[in-house]
Amino acid sequence: MKYFVLLANFGEMPDWEQLTPEEQEAGMAKHAEFDEACAQRPGVTMLGGEALGDGSMATTLRTRDGDMTVTDGPFAEAAEQIGGYYVIDAPDLDTVVDLCRILPAYDIDIRPVLDEG
Amino acid sequence: MTSTSDRSSTRAERAVATAYRADWGRLLSLLVTRTRRLDLAEDALAEAFARAAERWATDGVPHNPGGWLYTTAYRLLIGRLRAEAIRGRLPTMLAVGPGWAPPPNGDVEALGDERLDVILLCCHPALSAEARSPLALRLVVGTSTEEIARLFLVSTPTMAARLTRAKKKIVAAGIPLASPVDDELRDRLDEVCRTIYLAFTAGYTPGRGPDLLRADLAGEAVELAVVLHRLVPQAPQVRALLALLLLQHARRDARVSGGALVTLADQDRSRWRHDELRAGDQLVSALPAASGYAEELRLQGLIAVEHARAPTASDTDWSAIARHYARLERLTNSPVVRLNRAVAVAEATGPEAGLALLDGLDDRAPSAHRLPSVRADLARRAGRLDLARASYHEALARCTTEVERAHLEGRLASLGDH
Repeated sequence: MKYFVLLANFGEMPDWEQLTPEEQEAGMAKHAEFDEACAQRPGVTMLGGEALGDGSMATTLRTRDGDMTVTDGPFAEAAEQIGGYYVIDAPDLDTVVDLCRILPAYDIDIRPVLDEG
Repeated sequence: MTSTSDRSSTRAERAVATAYRADWGRLLSLLVTRTRRLDLAEDALAEAFARAAERWATDGVPHNPGGWLYTTAYRLLIGRLRAEAIRGRLPTMLAVGPGWAPPPNGDVEALGDERLDVILLCCHPALSAEARSPLALRLVVGTSTEEIARLFLVSTPTMAARLTRAKKKIVAAGIPLASPVDDELRDRLDEVCRTIYLAFTAGYTPGRGPDLLRADLAGEAVELAVVLHRLVPQAPQVRALLALLLLQHARRDARVSGGALVTLADQDRSRWRHDELRAGDQLVSALPAASGYAEELRLQGLIAVEHARAPTASDTDWSAIARHYARLERLTNSPVVRLNRAVAVAEATGPEAGLALLDGLDDRAPSAHRLPSVRADLARRAGRLDLARASYHEALARCTTEVERAHLEGRLASLGDH
């Protein structure tokens, strides 16, 4: 089944901008390692994933009574720190949790992607 | 006058009840591990038991009740999977794995025992803590939703919704039926033991009226521990848990009298189940010192053994209990344990020694009134009446339950006016 892995919060990690170039490189290496581990793990396929601009770059759209308003984001305070996401295909939740141990120590939300139909 | 059909119907009812007790968890685990469909498997097995109640009354009880139930549930389940496939959902579910058809001779024992996987599934960390023990009781012991609701003092619809949510999450989030090994198995078994202990203590959490204590339902948690112990007899935390539950549950008949709770010291010890106390005693006394949660449970078990061995309250070996509490406190650094240790030390050595152990506890005291209440009692016994009065007043200011307030007011009055 497909899982959406949301890098929801930096947790104990400092903000990306505050990291030294060496630390940023080490962080990138963990993402590369995660990618590689997903490729190696039987039954697991990486379907996609991107790093996202932080909350200060977000734009929020709300539609009320048919009128859409455009405002400065992010939508919710908690969303301020969302750093990126992955979508991976894996046999079960335990496999995804195990793979996520490789990533930097973010707070992560894992959601199943619902089957259409 | 009893007719033949009445007799066979009673015999059938008894056989269904016996099979439910003996086979529900094992049969459900077999169906779940083979189909991976928790929702359908539970419904199919419940339906098989309902059919057994009808059919066995007219056709007689089959030679192998477990085999009959498994075969019936299996056929119902296959039928439902086919119906789903026809409706266009989950066509792959018809790929029936090898080895899950009923054995021709009805010998379901030969299919093995998958209950450990289901227990671990119910206690998966991705499930909410409040759903874990209800789910394990429902799936492994077969406790009804009504009974589980009564155990946790919530309404039946609330509990039904909680169970449904957890089952949906298992399916939707893809929580696997996996058999962890080594360190992971130890951690997961710790969690299972915590979950069972939580269900057990829920039965002894005071409710209202006739539901003051629900010892019969705490017994369901003991049953779960018995099953777990049979599956992993060598796991130290599981042995310690079972011993602790047997020792505590053996006092159930003496805990309530005339609609009121009876404290340990005042219980009629002839009403304790001494065979169960012996079983718990043997189990925990044979355990070597361990670490982590297993050791916590073992030390609590040893404390319970000291109470069990004392013919009267005044025969209690408080020095031994105080030693066990001291080790438990080093292990857990828990203020609750420190408080209990202070009480034991006061009994063993004297109230002043107990009072000394309460120092520094105020900032980390757990429940509101228990610390000042214990301090007041110890100060009273030490003859420090000013401290006793002040502490009773403090306890009264924080205590909200009527029974305990009455007790505290009685004690305060006995000190006389100042």
